Amino acid sequence: MTDYPHSADYPSPQLRVEALEALLVERGLVDPEMLDGFISRYVNDVGPMNGAKVVAKAWVDPDYRKRLLESGTDAVKELGFGGPQGEHIVVVENTPTLHNVVVCTLCSCYPWPLLGLPPNWYKDPAYRSRVVREPRKLLGEMGLELADDVEIHVWDSSAENRYFVLPNRPEGTEDLSEEELALLVSRDAMVGVAAVKAG
Amino acid sequence: MSLVEKLGTDSETSLPRSNGELVFEEPWESRAFGMAAALADLGIFDWSDFQQSLITSIAKCEPGQDGLPSYRYYERWFAALEALVVERGLISTAELDTLVTDFCKRPHGHDHDHADGHHH
Repeated sequence: MTDYPHSADYPSPQLRVEALEALLVERGLVDPEMLDGFISRYVNDVGPMNGAKVVAKAWVDPDYRKRLLESGTDAVKELGFGGPQGEHIVVVENTPTLHNVVVCTLCSCYPWPLLGLPPNWYKDPAYRSRVVREPRKLLGEMGLELADDVEIHVWDSSAENRYFVLPNRPEGTEDLSEEELALLVSRDAMVGVAAVKAG
Repeated sequence: MSLVEKLGTDSETSLPRSNGELVFEEPWESRAFGMAAALADLGIFDWSDFQQSLITSIAKCEPGQDGLPSYRYYERWFAALEALVVERGLISTAELDTLVTDFCKRPHGHDHDHADGHHH
């Protein structure tokens, strides 16, 4: 999406960003290595694999599933996942007749510790408006065709509630281990724009 | 017509389908992200305050023109960050403007824009 015009009030974000960082460093508020650390952590270390581990555990461990649905934040902490944007995680469970999909209509609230940083499409105004207005059509365009008897519930994330979808476990995966199951779970499935396939 | 209406059923705005695109398109986007995350982590502001600033910043730019968003996401992110650090008195807009102007005067070989109208 590099062809979007730059906003009029920020003709040169690059220099302005650089200047702000220089001033914050000069004030002793941040240091560049600390920024490197945050960036690296969220780009490289934290990603959808964390969320996939949560999903796989919920599939094989009914007690964990119960705790996860009761208090998402506490249950994901059990697996060591927390931190910024990791509070107020609410897990919503797909069933054969109910499909959940997550959006943040106002900005881009997203469960970072479970999924990493949001993909571009999640922040795109087209996704943010259309998933509310015509979720079935949009999901179809994104490759997820849902049967007419499947109800769709759209969840609007905010600073108070960050939603996370527990997808349906695909048929034919009864013999897989928790680790093998985790490999099947995609980020898109945990946002609710894809289904998990048996591999 | 609002952007929401423009992005109706006939919208041709495509959505990426892959599961592995880059999170940041340009390095400055990652720095803007890192500053907000670091300042919140240090308790300089609450994450919810940044979130509110981001909502305001994005709302200012919607709707866009011709069915296309008129902003880039991390520009809005940075505008939210700048507004918040100025509001908290950590820096002033004037000193930021001054430093940006200084950067523009850096010798060739550095990144610079052409605010004085010269071409080369």
